[in-house]
Amino acid sequence: MAVNLKSLAKKPVRISSGHRACAGCGFPQVIKMVLGATDADVVTGCATGCMEVTTTVYPYTAWKVPFIHNAFENSAATISGAEAAYQSLKRQGKIDKDIKFLAWGGDGGTYDIGLQALSGAMERGHNMVYVCYDNGAYMNTGVQRSSATPKGSHTTTTPAGTVRPGKAEFRKDLTAIMAAHGIPYAAQASVGNLVDLARKAEKAFNVDGPAFLNVFAPCRLGWAIPSDAAQEVSKGAMDSCFWPIYEVEDGAWKVNYKPRNKISMDEWMKPQGRFRHLFQPGMEEVRENIQAEVDKQWEQLLKKEDA
Amino acid sequence: MSEVKDTAANQERTALTGNEAMAEAMRQIEPDVVAAYPITPQTEIVQIFSTFVSDGLVKTEYVPVESEHSAMSACVGSAASGARSMTATSANGLALMWEILYIASGTRLPIVMPVVNRALSGPINIHCDHSDTMGARDSGWIQLFSENAQEAYDNMFQAVRIAEHPDVLLPAMVTTDGFIISHGMEVVNTLDDRVVRDFVGEYKIPRNLLDVDNPITVGPLALQDFYFEHKVEQAHAMMRAKPVVQEIAEEYEKLTGRKYGYFEEYRLEDADVAVVVLGSTAGTAKVVVDDLRKEGIKAGLLKLRVFRPFPYEELREAVKHVNVIGVMDRSDSFASIGGPVFSELRAAMYDMDQRPLVTNYVYGLGGRDVDLHMIESAFRELLSIQDSGKVEQYVNYLGVRE
Repeated sequence: MAVNLKSLAKKPVRISSGHRACAGCGFPQVIKMVLGATDADVVTGCATGCMEVTTTVYPYTAWKVPFIHNAFENSAATISGAEAAYQSLKRQGKIDKDIKFLAWGGDGGTYDIGLQALSGAMERGHNMVYVCYDNGAYMNTGVQRSSATPKGSHTTTTPAGTVRPGKAEFRKDLTAIMAAHGIPYAAQASVGNLVDLARKAEKAFNVDGPAFLNVFAPCRLGWAIPSDAAQEVSKGAMDSCFWPIYEVEDGAWKVNYKPRNKISMDEWMKPQGRFRHLFQPGMEEVRENIQAEVDKQWEQLLKKEDA
Repeated sequence: MSEVKDTAANQERTALTGNEAMAEAMRQIEPDVVAAYPITPQTEIVQIFSTFVSDGLVKTEYVPVESEHSAMSACVGSAASGARSMTATSANGLALMWEILYIASGTRLPIVMPVVNRALSGPINIHCDHSDTMGARDSGWIQLFSENAQEAYDNMFQAVRIAEHPDVLLPAMVTTDGFIISHGMEVVNTLDDRVVRDFVGEYKIPRNLLDVDNPITVGPLALQDFYFEHKVEQAHAMMRAKPVVQEIAEEYEKLTGRKYGYFEEYRLEDADVAVVVLGSTAGTAKVVVDDLRKEGIKAGLLKLRVFRPFPYEELREAVKHVNVIGVMDRSDSFASIGGPVFSELRAAMYDMDQRPLVTNYVYGLGGRDVDLHMIESAFRELLSIQDSGKVEQYVNYLGVRE
């Protein structure tokens, strides 16, 4: 049965309050939705990053399910090892429970340093779900650029300066890369639509084999937005088509939300401090370039759906 | 004697390469999970073990990872999940695992790993030296060196028991010399599968991730307030491993008739001059010792088996009567005062009232052949040091072009 708000409300919350994520951070909601999307036992683990350092400060833990942190680039490899242990012990009759496996990484740990381990785990076909919470930079170490950082964004390694207007490159399309692995389920979701996220997590847990979710998760510090703006900014990313939500099930692409009134990238970027410099005089061309790229990618996505 | 006779009856005399012997040991240990990546000269271990998996000879879940980094990472995940976990590697593969070696030991996971010793790049080279394992000497892994395929085979089972001992819970690497042992065929006495199964027993760790009714968090963030305690506890575990190594060796001897300890002493008891070696060079050096003894020279040898935990007290006791020691290091530490075995043994001897003189021979890097003459020349030098009473040079490169 598909999850909905009513059913989610009845689920036990498997991450405790009192963790040390910033007020207004996106990923705690993602954890709640994803872990709430299955009734099965879940063994989980995450890459080094904000999620790990804010939820597992020894001797405390916010995780009510078994959890492992290993290192930055190997969340997928670590959970693939846990899943292999499960397969082995189950086959030997040493364990009789049905357990799901869930790996987490931020965009730094997933798009960049962890891409190889993730690709390997997906190709090997482990029965696991990998969720990337994409906040568009290395936030834990103080907002450095990643290959998920949007073009034009100010980060501490692509600072907006007099000759360089923030990050020069467009972001990598990781969800498409994961879909290209031919895994049974790959999807893009957002904090801006939590029911859609939970529904996708449910599907991801239920497929036989690896599944990948890329979830847009705002960082109030790195994006320089108010702590109550996560929902608004996330919805704006969907409405501008900067972050479309879609799913690829057995190779079939489906766009889950097509804005009736598409907003401009200017409108979406303007309230975010990380893009502030793009609204100085002389930056029009950069903004036009960003708008053109987002439009192009949106059109390409729609074509994939029709194909 | 009767005990040894009985144990021999349970064994099969067979011819195996070092890699075949280690792969056979892995089949008999039958780990729950093996996550591995091929690299010369370890490759055969992975290949042979894969055939065991393909032919249904083991219950092991085999994870053919995309790198050594992921091999060790997956082993951390599986070992923490209550599964006996193994991998195998060499040289650059071990170097790529480096980060996770420390996490495996810091998380107290008893992973066992054959390391087929090979020189670290660069320049790239595929042949034997100990730079790979020696670089990992401070990673918190137990390190057992093997002189030949038989020792490699035997060390594997003992490594499992030492690593998984409740007083220890540390990962262990078992090394062989790349190509020299790994690809050389020798007589190996193998054990019956059932004997191995009884000896290694069931994998048990205090808590595991798959116990979903008792959820635990593994690998948390420990800062200034707790990290230090974790590390000291780890250091204590390594100290506790020392008596365990001996205990397991004695048990193994009863089972097989083969004696193991921290090191082997060869004609050392009354030696005036002696070399300290690791691995396959011991076999060559023993021949030199015998030849020198025929000349009336009191030559001896100490072959170190256990480098971690470093048996400094026992070493002191074993060499206290020797006049001059030549430590043979098959790796350099680029420290300007010799290779790792030299500096550690020399430091261990500091508090002795009467210390042997000691010099260092760095040899065999990148698989450079070490022959009888080379070792003999080292012994002759030890004799001249004995005469002069003075070590002129700490670091000597043996067998290198000038």
